[in-house]
Amino acid sequence: MTRQQILDLYFMDARSKLIDLAAFLDRVDRAEGEADFRLAAFRAALQELHGGEPQRAKAVLLSLSDPTTEPIAAAPGKGAIGAWHQTH
Amino acid sequence: MRYIEPHGHMVSRTTDDYEAMLTAGCAAVCEPAFWAGYDRSGVQGFYDYFCQLTDYEPKRAAKFGLPHFTWLCINPKESEDTALAADVLGIVPEFLERPNVLGIGEIGLNKNTRNEMKVLEQHIDLAMRHGQMILVHTPHLEDKLKGTRLIVDLLKADARVQPGRVIIDHVEEHTIQHVLDAGFWAGITLYPESKTTPPRAIDMFEVYGGQSVWLNSACDWGRSDPLAVPKTALEMRRRGHSDATIDALIYGNPIRFLSQNPRFHLR
Ligand SMILES: [Zn+2]
Repeated sequence: MTRQQILDLYFMDARSKLIDLAAFLDRVDRAEGEADFRLAAFRAALQELHGGEPQRAKAVLLSLSDPTTEPIAAAPGKGAIGAWHQTH
Repeated sequence: MRYIEPHGHMVSRTTDDYEAMLTAGCAAVCEPAFWAGYDRSGVQGFYDYFCQLTDYEPKRAAKFGLPHFTWLCINPKESEDTALAADVLGIVPEFLERPNVLGIGEIGLNKNTRNEMKVLEQHIDLAMRHGQMILVHTPHLEDKLKGTRLIVDLLKADARVQPGRVIIDHVEEHTIQHVLDAGFWAGITLYPESKTTPPRAIDMFEVYGGQSVWLNSACDWGRSDPLAVPKTALEMRRRGHSDATIDALIYGNPIRFLSQNPRFHLR
């Protein structure tokens, strides 16, 4: 597809998601209290959008991933939360 | 349109879903064993579940004329309890000869723990001793990258494993290349929030190639859409893909992988 066709197909959807992101960050700013590690992880991942290569989705996912390589001793719970937090 | 749903947890879905899938062109559904949303209290719970997957559910699907296949294991979310896992691994072999069983799955990792690794290794060994194919679940969100790497390493370390008989499911942009480079099949899961959306799935298909890839809805008791595969096919049409290309991805590919087990057949 041409760039024009991609824009025709996805621009409105991407625009809507972009405004949602902006509104989410505004909402977080307006709220009170301390943010946990997820906000910093989110802001760091946002920086990946400025990259010049068409690998931004991969870069965002990598940015939010646990980069360690060794299995851990025990499961802290069953779920995942979407951002990695260095605990030790 | 015709398609295969290669990963759907139908015991959690309604008969309306079966009807909708049939109407959309589903030709077969495959159901890997997974977590019930709560921990089963013992091996008897798994015995009953395996009976459901190999007896009751294929009968329910047959009422709609839909062939139903299954994969058996103890899922990674319950693998932290190695004593329970050993008990469950003990009863899996007695179900392997049932006519709708395709192999061992969905095994894998959840939080990437040592116990999960141990149970995964035992599952791989069980599969190899019984000549079974393997369907692997990769962890969620921040745990996926590390888990996928550990899983690929573990599979590659067992010389008996033929990568072409293993599918590593729930790949995303940061894991798909690693899986395909190692010779495994890759599954792309279409979820409303986590995993991938239809546009991203099609991006991956376009960028990384679709020879050894399947699409699935992984519909279960959570937010998921049993029609995610046919809806993605419609999106592919909007992206200019030919009907032949779409058919190869959502119908031909899963058949090519699954037919390595002669038990897999369409009506
Ligand atoms: Zn699943």
